[in-house]
Amino acid sequence: MSDATPLNVLVLVKYVPDAQFDRRLDPGTHRVERTDSILSELDEYAVEAALQLVEAHGGVKAGHRVTVLTMGPDGAGSAIKKTLQMGATEGVHLCDDALAGSDAAATSLALAAAVRHLGGFDLILTGMASTDAETSLVPSQLAERLGLPQLTLVSEIALEGREVTARRDGDTRTQRLRAPLPALVSVTDQFDEPRYPNFKGIIGAKKKKTHTLTLAELGLSAEEVGATGSWTEVVSSAARPARTAGTVITDQGDAGARLADFLADQKLL
Amino acid sequence: MSTTLVYLDSPSLAQGSEPGKADRELLAIAASRGDVVVAVPAELPEAATAALGAYGATAVVVPDAPLEDQLVAPHAAFVAAAAQDAGADLVLLSNTGEGREIAARAGIRLSAGVVTDVVAVGPDKTFTKSVLAGAYTAESRATTGIAVATVKPNSVEPAERGSGTAGLRAISVPQAGPAARIESTEEKPLSGRPSLDDARIVVAGGRGVEGDFAAVEQLADVLGAAVAASRAATDAGWIEHSYQVGQTGKTVSPQLYIAAGISGAVQHKAGMQTAQTIVAINSDPDAPIFEIADFGIVGDLGEILPQAAAEIQRRRA
Ligand SMILES: Cc1cc2nc3c(=O)[nH]c(=O)nc-3n(C[C@H](O)[C@H](O)[C@H](O)COP(=O)(O)OP(=O)(O)OC[C@H]3O[C@@H](n4cnc5c(N)ncnc54)[C@H](O)[C@@H]3O)c2cc1C
Ligand SMILES: Nc1ncnc2c1ncn2[C@@H]1O[C@H](COP(=O)(O)O)[C@@H](O)[C@H]1O
Repeated sequence: MSDATPLNVLVLVKYVPDAQFDRRLDPGTHRVERTDSILSELDEYAVEAALQLVEAHGGVKAGHRVTVLTMGPDGAGSAIKKTLQMGATEGVHLCDDALAGSDAAATSLALAAAVRHLGGFDLILTGMASTDAETSLVPSQLAERLGLPQLTLVSEIALEGREVTARRDGDTRTQRLRAPLPALVSVTDQFDEPRYPNFKGIIGAKKKKTHTLTLAELGLSAEEVGATGSWTEVVSSAARPARTAGTVITDQGDAGARLADFLADQKLL
Repeated sequence: MSTTLVYLDSPSLAQGSEPGKADRELLAIAASRGDVVVAVPAELPEAATAALGAYGATAVVVPDAPLEDQLVAPHAAFVAAAAQDAGADLVLLSNTGEGREIAARAGIRLSAGVVTDVVAVGPDKTFTKSVLAGAYTAESRATTGIAVATVKPNSVEPAERGSGTAGLRAISVPQAGPAARIESTEEKPLSGRPSLDDARIVVAGGRGVEGDFAAVEQLADVLGAAVAASRAATDAGWIEHSYQVGQTGKTVSPQLYIAAGISGAVQHKAGMQTAQTIVAINSDPDAPIFEIADFGIVGDLGEILPQAAAEIQRRRA
């Protein structure tokens, strides 16, 4: 990448309920109750990948930009704030009541409109999955809607001029991928550990800007997103009975045999 | 009568083998609703078409020219074209990383709702899946005429071999748009043990194995089980990443899951807490894994696993 053409990277992050706490579905709407939410930890890997790519080519000083975009409720600003502290250069928050309840199709529609509206990105990075919906659909759907090559579920990424290369590790094989820019890349947690914001980052983030976008600015109507714009609906949900602790024994030298007894009793041998 | 398009892309099919178990599960779901059309993204030997017919396919659709060596996009364009060609109201794919990605893009091309991680398909195209890391079971539906679903293995009884026959049809595939080129593919070695997806029993090791999976593998082999690992073990490089169970690894629901030297972090539990029976072996009596174990043993896995393996072998002799 020559220094004359600064990189313009967009990272998509989601604000999700913290999995360390009990997460619940609303029994009426079957939507996830949005309490105790945070930046999805899987999206931190995408932010880290963006920052490393830019740093490998001269960093922010060279004019490269790392914009973070989230579509989410009011509180999602805190997810953007964390990415700015990590080193992203600016934030965009797509926020509109009508967006609540969007499935992957509606989410990718709105995000694609936002990407077009903002314009000019060389790379779009996403996480491998959101930790609440867990579908991994949005990155591929965005690539389809935007007509971008997808390099998804990758653990390594590099730029060679105006091309991006990546390593994709599947269950049965490892692939090497290459595509011209602009492209969409989803990053797995096999990428390097995301950095923690340091003191300088926290102070520096206070000066960075987050821009809010509404549906109207994207030329979308309320009916095109949210539950009405979605192509799937949840019709019922039920909490699984919580698992309870069974027998716990302490090994007295015979625990292996007692394990065999237990398996025999359960007809598992 | 409804038509289901089943997308199968296992390499063994293209070599003329019978469809595998996971593939036959998709065929069984499709057959329970009516007509079954199978789409395969490669040229097929006659034997494979015949085998698919015997397992319930009424027609097999292939592309009329080889798909580009590109990631996902050409396959999605093919699936969408095949679904339209077949007049399908449901498209089924396997719930692998690639299956979900092809489903995602085909869904946009077909303006169809996509549901992933499906474990059951009801007669009215109601899809059952587990959500929030296994904490809930939910039923969802596509609000569109056609639905796309990716189905997890071990969800239904696989289709049995019958006497049906299928005709082969080649269709043209529209332009897929820009895509990433696959420059090289390296197959991972097979272990010879049952795969994590299919296994009835899974024996998993974590940081507590301290670099040595031998005791875990030994018990697994005595039980005919698959081997698995926590992320601490895969990150340490003690075992390949594809053995990882959890939020960012595999989600398994075996009859029996034995966790040895695994603390029970939420991200690990996300991948195994729907197992029917859980056994935990951990030297720390306060390890959270004991909160969800049906049978817990506080002790050293280095002693307990070999003893259990020897004892099970002795009883079987
Ligand atoms: C984004 C993200 C995604 C993640 N995804 C996953 C995932 O998919 N899967 C996953 O597993 N983790 C995942 N993790 C990591 C997870 O948070 C835990 O760090 C991990 O599961 C811990 O692995 P462990 O239980 O083997 O190690 P530890 O938590 O270190 O536990 C080791 C246990 O072994 C016991 N032990 C030690 N020696 C012995 C002995 N001789 N005999 C018996 N017991 C012994 C110890 O008492 C301890 O309880 C993820 C984390 C993040 C941030
Ligand atoms: N509401 C959202 N706002 C921004 N990015 C999102 C949103 N939903 C999903 N994504 C991105 O898409 C990835 C996969 O999400 P999902 O398809 O929901 O599993 C996430 O890791 C994010 O990078």
